[in-house]
Parts: sequence; C-alpha cells; structure tokens
Amino acid sequence: MRNVATIAGREIRSYFSSPVAYVLLAVFLALAGYFFYALLSAFNQSLQIYSMMRNPEMLQRFNLNEMVVRPLLHNMSVLLIFIIPAITMRMFPEEKRAGTYELLLTSPVRVSEIVLGKFLGGFVLVLLMIALSGFFGLLLLMYGNPEIPMMLAGYLGLLLMAMVFLALGTLISSFTDNVVIAYVGTLFALLVLYTVGWLGETVPGTAGAFIRYVSITDHFQEVLKGIIDTKDLVYFATLLVVGLFLTQRSVESVRWR
Amino acid sequence: MIEVAHLSKRYGDVSAVQDVSFVAKPGEPLGFLGQNGAGKTTTMRVITGFMPASSGTVRVCGFDVFEQSAEVRRRIGYLPENPPLYNDMTVVPYLRFVAKLKGLSRGDTEAAIDRVLATCALGGVSSRLLGHLSKGYRQRVGLAQAMIHDPEVLILDEPTIGLDPTQREEILNVIKGTGKTRTIVLSTHILPDVLEVCAKVVIINEGRVVVEDQLANLTRDGRDLRAVFTAAIAAGHHHAAAGADA
Repeated sequence: MRNVATIAGREIRSYFSSPVAYVLLAVFLALAGYFFYALLSAFNQSLQIYSMMRNPEMLQRFNLNEMVVRPLLHNMSVLLIFIIPAITMRMFPEEKRAGTYELLLTSPVRVSEIVLGKFLGGFVLVLLMIALSGFFGLLLLMYGNPEIPMMLAGYLGLLLMAMVFLALGTLISSFTDNVVIAYVGTLFALLVLYTVGWLGETVPGTAGAFIRYVSITDHFQEVLKGIIDTKDLVYFATLLVVGLFLTQRSVESVRWR
Repeated sequence: MIEVAHLSKRYGDVSAVQDVSFVAKPGEPLGFLGQNGAGKTTTMRVITGFMPASSGTVRVCGFDVFEQSAEVRRRIGYLPENPPLYNDMTVVPYLRFVAKLKGLSRGDTEAAIDRVLATCALGGVSSRLLGHLSKGYRQRVGLAQAMIHDPEVLILDEPTIGLDPTQREEILNVIKGTGKTRTIVLSTHILPDVLEVCAKVVIINEGRVVVEDQLANLTRDGRDLRAVFTAAIAAGHHHAAAGADA
C-alpha cells in the first residue's frame, strides 16, 4: 500500500508541477460553468414565461433537478470523455520515453502497485475536478431547492463513470509509448462505450439487450435519476476492475516477451 | 554475487544473446565489454529482472531472477543506459521517491540521500530540476539512485558515456570505492574504464561470450587490453575456448 501511495504521490506531483493539471481543471470548470449558466438561464426564462401565463399546474412541474442538475451532470460526463484521456495519456508513455519504466520495473514494487498508483494519481485529479464543480450544486442549494439526495446520486454516478474512464485510459496508455496514440485510442474507446447504446434500440433480441447492458450511458442515466441499483454498481465495478486487471497484465507482459 | 548460466534471449527470430555464462563476485568488479549491439544491455536487463530470459538462469545473491524476482530487485541497484530520471522533479525529491520505491524506511531515507549526495558529489545541484541538469550530472544522479539503498549488487550500463574526463574520473572513483565490498557489473565499450576499476573482464561479441578472465591474466606480459579485445572480437566465438582456458 505504501508503494501505491509513493507512485500516486509522484503522479500527482507531476500533474501539478507542470501546467497540465491547471489547464485541465480550468478547461473543465470553464466549460462546466458555461453549461451551468446556459441551463440556468433557460430554466429561468421558462419559469418567467410560465409565471406570466399564471399556469400554476405547469409551474408545479418545474423541477430544478430535471432541468438543470441532470443535464449539467450529463454534459459534464461528455466533457470527461475528452478530458480523461488527457490525464491518462502520459501515464505509461512518458515513463517509457524517459527510461523510468526500467526504474519502476526493476524496483521491489509489484506491477499491480504501479498500476493502482497511476490510477489513484489520476483519480485524485478527477476527484478535485468534480469536487470543484460541486460549487454549481452549492449555488443551487443557496438560491433554490434542488433535491439533495438526487443531486448526490448524480455526482456519485459521474464519479463512477470517471473511474471507469480512468481505468480504460490507464489500460490504453499501457499499450503504447506514444502520448498521441494513447489519447486518441482512449478517446475512441470512451466514445464507443458512451454511444454503443444507440444501437441497442434498433438491434433486436439478446444482442440488443447485451449492447444496452454494455452501454455506460444507460447505467449512468439510472443513477442520475437517483436510482442506485446494484446492477448498475456491479456494472461500473466490473469495468473498473477489469480495466485495472488488464493493465496489470499488459504491463507485466513486458516480462513475457 | 551474480551467476549467469547459459543465458539466451531472443526477440522474435532475432537472437540477442546466446548461451552466455559468467560469474561476478563481490570485491571483484566485472567489466562487461562488447561493441554496440553485442548484447550487453539485453544481458543487464535480464539480470535486473526487467525482462525474462528465453532460456538459461540468472541468480543474484543466490536468488533466481525469475522465480524470486522481488528478492533480487531488493538487492540490485541499476543504472540503465539512459539514467531513469523524471525531468519535472528536483534532485532530492527524486532520490526520496526512489528510496521509497526501494523500500527504505522513512528514518533511513534522509541519511541515505545525504550519503549518495556526498558520494556522487551532487550537493551543489540538490535543488535543481533534473531536466535542467547537464549530461554529467544526470549520469551522477543516475548512479546515486542506483546506490540509494546500498545494494549488494550494482549493474551499471555505460555509466561514463558522454562525460568529460573529470566527471568520468569522479564516477569511476565512486565505482572503485563501492566495488571493494559489493558486486559490480560495469558494461562499457570504453576500455580504459575497465583497466581502471575492474578486476575481471567478460567480452561479449554478437551475443556470445568470447572471453571471461581476470584482468590481470589478460594484460599479463604487458599485453594491451585493446589488442585482446580486438583479437577476441575478430576471432569471434572460435576464441571462446581459448579465452576460457587463459
């Protein structure tokens, strides 16, 4: 465990000793802030229109969670598709380029510790990102009355999704010594994972059911609705564990070639 | 103590090292000589456990590098051809990171850092970024990380390459001092380095050992190591038997 912390610590330090972490945080928060503002403006406008129409029935249906929080979390999940590959792309390629890969693999450290350390390092950055975006949630709490459990569930969903993305990014970065390939490869994988569900609607039978199960969006939607079901948690946990396990195998395979 | 026995390593169809055997003992620094591409780096990478052998065995301090890899890695210090430095770190935090990786306790770490800073004469640059260091200093930091846990076995892959004469002298002095009690394998194609610090010589050519002997034997009667080296390489593995007999 100490080794995991050592490697994660160096990873975090390297994100923050270069502009990488700050640029990623700034880009993520700027765009998320813009989405938040746009959604809130739209919400306000509709609210005003319906107030003028004095339609209490319609006003009743207005829901901050459905009209702001949920779409915001959804948009942030799309942002993560582009941001997370930028976090994971350097994990292994940079070590291979610098020759520090040899240092890691010839030290008395387990490969699983290296992989977990790298993953945790990236996770801390993503956690910080998502936590800072919690500011938008706080604003809503101060000036409105969103349903707190629903909001927390949504953030949990975003976090779970981010972990899966990170695990896949870590895996793909372990395949190559080139950061561009690591970025584009991860971006491709995440986009496929995110959009494969579109096919689920049209493909019939078990194949369709399988595709719908594999699609991360369907599980994310469930959690966003505030429904925390074991089957969704199992889905996220499975992808996370499988991703990290395969990374461990991939790194270890240097030893078998 | 390093015992390499019948080590072969193939990359696909290409054979990098074939049937290499030699023994390196503590207090007897071993010069591992060969031209570029002779298989030196491959052999070192197998000894350090970075990659497995295709066949043959390597034992370090009695532990098999493949079966008891963790035990071996605990006892080995390794300076690869390119010093394994994180360019965005400064010297002391880097050494602290390596010390932790090598399993030093928190209490021992600071003393170990002070020790290698002194032996490798790094005091003046201890707060500089690794990416800003000159080649000579990078090499010294590389040596410092290899020695941070005071390992029983040191594997050095071309440690003096690209250094100016003063820097080279300093590095060789460190190796000489450490080599009195530790097992050292020093890979190089710079013959004077070997003359200066090594007690034993293994010459490898096209993946095969062509000479394994004490340096004193090879240079007896005023023979020149360069001539020995050239002859061994020219004779290829025909010379292997003669080399072993010498």
